[in-house]
Amino acid sequence: MGQITLKQVTKSFGNTDVIRPLDLEIGEGEFVVFVGPSGCGKSTLLRLIAGLEDISSGQILIDGQDASHTPPAKRGLAMVFQSYALYPHMSVRKNIAFPLKMAGMDQAAIDAKVNGAAKVLNLTDYLDRRPGQLSGGQRQRVAIGRAIVREPKAFLFDEPLSNLDAALRVNMRLEISELHQSLKTTMIYVTHDQVEAMTMADKIVVLSAGRIEQVGSPLDLYRHPANKFVAGFIGSPKMNFVTGPEAAKHGADTIGIRPEHLKLSDSGWAGKIGVTERLGSDTFLHVHMDGMDTMTVRTEGDTALKYGAPVHLTPDPACIHRFDAQGKTLA
Amino acid sequence: MARAVSTRHKTIVTILAWSIGFLIFFPILWTVLTSFKTEAEAVASPPSFLNFSWTLENYTEVQSRSNYARHFYNSVVISVGSTLLGLLIAIPAAWSMAFVPTRRTKDILMWMLSTKMLPPVGVLIPIYLIFRDTGLLDSVPGLVVVLTLINLPIIVWMLYTYFKEIPGEILEAARMDGATLWSEIIHVLTPMAVPGIASTLLLNIILAWNEAFWTLNLTAANAAPLTAFIASYSSPEGLFYAKLSAASTMAIAPILIMGWFSQKQLVRGLTFGAVK
Repeated sequence: MGQITLKQVTKSFGNTDVIRPLDLEIGEGEFVVFVGPSGCGKSTLLRLIAGLEDISSGQILIDGQDASHTPPAKRGLAMVFQSYALYPHMSVRKNIAFPLKMAGMDQAAIDAKVNGAAKVLNLTDYLDRRPGQLSGGQRQRVAIGRAIVREPKAFLFDEPLSNLDAALRVNMRLEISELHQSLKTTMIYVTHDQVEAMTMADKIVVLSAGRIEQVGSPLDLYRHPANKFVAGFIGSPKMNFVTGPEAAKHGADTIGIRPEHLKLSDSGWAGKIGVTERLGSDTFLHVHMDGMDTMTVRTEGDTALKYGAPVHLTPDPACIHRFDAQGKTLA
Repeated sequence: MARAVSTRHKTIVTILAWSIGFLIFFPILWTVLTSFKTEAEAVASPPSFLNFSWTLENYTEVQSRSNYARHFYNSVVISVGSTLLGLLIAIPAAWSMAFVPTRRTKDILMWMLSTKMLPPVGVLIPIYLIFRDTGLLDSVPGLVVVLTLINLPIIVWMLYTYFKEIPGEILEAARMDGATLWSEIIHVLTPMAVPGIASTLLLNIILAWNEAFWTLNLTAANAAPLTAFIASYSSPEGLFYAKLSAASTMAIAPILIMGWFSQKQLVRGLTFGAVK
């Protein structure tokens, strides 16, 4: 239960192609993250799977059954929205119970399910409150509770943590991952935050301009990006790119080096220290290079280097990514 | 940054606001005062403001000459009935325009509103003839229908504005949760739009209550509401200002009292969505 297959799915709004012909296989119980920059079509793709938008062509199969034109409620999927989309006039209890009430379930069964979900999500004390009386994190938990009680084939999350502050986001990220471990239900999660994608996903789908750029596990994408776009998008801080003669030396149009694969050395590419970002465990040095773009270097612990200090950088030769003129990774 | 407002400036603005308020309210006050005067005092020159012999004779006269209760009953049925019927039609219409707009939605809304720009007298003859031929002349159902149609553009516009303020994601969530179109409207949309629906309801009751053109032209004796009751005191044999004022006071009192008690709701509804 919870296997989703997209076959040549497209979506156009008028003359604008938002999703270009796209194939994707989402396995049972997988945690799949759609990631990409704003406007890449990731939310649209999720809405197509949910049935909130009609596909222009292609097929969506849920557990082998063609669901391309099945209404949202009949697809057996539950969705958690970015804005939580709670019913403001209903109590938490009624919000969570709403899908069960719509399904015509009897009151005793509804109560049991609502209480069960509230216990799992630590909402028992808030059941009689209205959404307006809850914090952002609590509201998000109510939205998840409303999805859980339906026992869906798959959960769809549309940027669910975007409205939360940084600390709460980390907590909720863990809670959702824990939930996935305990429920073992397929989850499709949309985000523009590649850290969320890396930390939560079994499988990441990187999208750009309505196309899938690459599908793979977080580390697979990190270590073996299929192209320059994925290389630049996955990883924080971003990969450094070098073009021109230095790239040509490696037989490529562009080479990419991750910040942790650049070392401060006595010789090599020359530059001057710019802004230094100290995170405690790591320090990011932004180095203004001579004749090249600014590069970011990750060093362990602290650094004594001051703004403007001259430095030299050397890339780890085993970790250089090579790209051709079209941005594709060279073998 | 808040702008500092001087006490003098505040006083001037307050006096100005009260003066404008009093100016607007004055005709109503004058009507109420006149209703307690004799006919002679009502037309006296110069008029007396409070210094006259107060009497209730106009009210007893009006009550004995006409059946106030029946006119009142007709007004209630016509205004409430046309508003409820209007809401029943307008809620689904506004829903579709707010949440499933097409390229022509804005044009349809403008067209609906443009019908309010047409002078009612322009369609009096056809409507009169239709009513005559269908037996709806001087009938309460006939007036309910005509007032529903007259006020429908305003009801749709108001509801459309309120519905637009409701996040579409909430309705999508309801759809994901298995709600049908009707359960979505009944369980989610309508309860969320209650302030808007309530103010639309109140405003339309007031509009229908005060509507005079159609109620005067399409009624005779049976379906005549309070507007016709007032008009019956403006007769060709001469104006009886005191009695006319008493009739007017009796006609406007119920709606004035309703407006007074619901003013908070009305203002809230009319400014809904104006400030995020």
